[in-house]
Amino acid sequence: MIAIVDYGMGNVTSVKNGFAYVGFDSVLTDDLDVLRRSRAIVLPGVGAFGSAIQELARKGLVDFLRERERQGTIILGICLGLQLMFERSEEDPGIDGLKFFSGDVVRFPPNMKVPQIGWNRVNFRDEPLFRGIPQGTHFYFANSYFASGSRNEHLMAWGNYGVDFAAAVRKGNVFGLQFHPEKSGEMGLKLLLNFGRMVQDADHTGN
Amino acid sequence: MAKRIIPCLDVKDGRVVKGIKFVDLKEAGDPVELARYYDQSGADELVFLDITASFEGRETMLEVVRRTAREVFIPFIVGGGIASIDQIRNILKAGADKISLNTPAVENPAIVKEAAQVFGSQCIVVAIDACWNEKMQDWEVYTHGGRNAVGLSAVDWAVRVESLGAGEILLTSMDADGGQDGFDIPLTRAISEKVNIPVIASGGAGTMEHFSEVLKEGKADAALAASVFHYRQLLVKDVKKYLSEQGLEVRES
Repeated sequence: MIAIVDYGMGNVTSVKNGFAYVGFDSVLTDDLDVLRRSRAIVLPGVGAFGSAIQELARKGLVDFLRERERQGTIILGICLGLQLMFERSEEDPGIDGLKFFSGDVVRFPPNMKVPQIGWNRVNFRDEPLFRGIPQGTHFYFANSYFASGSRNEHLMAWGNYGVDFAAAVRKGNVFGLQFHPEKSGEMGLKLLLNFGRMVQDADHTGN
Repeated sequence: MAKRIIPCLDVKDGRVVKGIKFVDLKEAGDPVELARYYDQSGADELVFLDITASFEGRETMLEVVRRTAREVFIPFIVGGGIASIDQIRNILKAGADKISLNTPAVENPAIVKEAAQVFGSQCIVVAIDACWNEKMQDWEVYTHGGRNAVGLSAVDWAVRVESLGAGEILLTSMDADGGQDGFDIPLTRAISEKVNIPVIASGGAGTMEHFSEVLKEGKADAALAASVFHYRQLLVKDVKKYLSEQGLEVRES
C-alpha cells in the first residue's frame, strides 16, 4: 500500500488519481499509524517551504518521516516534497528541512520567468523510475525554487532553466521529483507505474 | 522550456457549449470526454471556462473537475465566476491545478495576494481581457466578460498582478478575439516584456502561422485557442509539429 501524506498542501488528489490510473491503490492520510503500516510514503505538496514544514511538524510528521528514512522505508517527495527533503530553503531561511539530502533550495535566477511553469526537458541516469522513458522527455514543472548543491551521486535527473537544476534525486530508498509526474501525461504515468512496481517488488522481498 | 498549446473549453451547467457537433465523441457535450480527446491529441494543458451563473451549476462544475482529474493527466486551469478563497480551495481540492481570476481580481486585488499566499503563485492565474483604447493610447482592462471598461491600463494591471503574486497571466485580446485573423502581437509583446511570469496569449487564432507569431514575436509562453480546435480547423498535434519545424521547443507526445 502506498500512503500519500495529506497535510493540507496542494493538489494531492491528482497523485492518488495517477496511481489509481496505473493500477495502484493509495490512501490519502495524515494518520501516523496508517503511514507506519505503509510500504511507501509519498510526500507531495505545493506552496511555501516554511509553512509546509510547520504543518508537518504540527502533525508530528517531521520526526516520523526522519524515523522512516532511517528505517529504510521507500519515500517519494514530489515538487515541494522534494525540496522539503533538503537542508533548508532560501524561501524561508532559518527553517530546517528534513535533511535527507545535503544542499540548499534556492530561487531561479532573476533573468528567468519565475515560477518555472510548463514542460521542461529532463535527462536522467539509468534508474528504475525512468525505465522505458526516453532521454529528454518533457515533464511538467511548477516551481520557483530548486535544489542546489546535492551530492553528485544523489542526482538522478536534471534539467535546465537558466541554470542546471536537480529534476530528481535519490538516496537509497528516498526519492525526490521536482516535476509533477501526475501531471506529465503518458510519461509521467509511466514513472508512477515504475514506482508502484518498485514498491510491489520491495513488498515481495519482504523489505 | 516548451511552448504550450492550450485548448479552452467553455462549460455551462456541466456541458461544453461550443463546437460539440463537429467532434465525434461518444458523448459529445461532455467536457471530460473532450478533455481526454485533447490530452490524446497533444494538448499541453487545458482551460475550463465555467460560464454557469447558478449555484447548482457551480456544483456541477466541481463534479466535472473531479472526473477530469481522474482521467486526464495534464494540467488544467478552471476559471469563471471564482470570487472567494473557499471557492478556490474547493476547485483545487477537486483536482484542478490552477484557477483563474478575472473580474474579482480587478474589484478586489487583495484576493490575488491572499490566494497566492494560501495556495502558492503557481496555481493562481489572473485573466486579463484587454481592448485598445484610442483615447488612452493604451490597452484598457475590461471586466464582466468584456462588458465593462474599467479605465485601467492592461500593461499596468499585468505588472500589478505579478507583484500581488499571480503566477501566470491569461491575456485575451478583445480586438482579436473571434476574428481568426491572428493573435494581438503588440499587446502580447507589450505585456510579455513587462512581466516576469508566463503569459498565455488568447484570442484570434486562425492558422498555424498565428501560433508561431504570437510565441515568437509576441513572446508569449503559451497560446490558447477554442474554435479552431473545436471545429477541427486545426489539430493540436499539427500545430505543434509546425511550431517545431519553426524552431520552437514543443513537447513531443
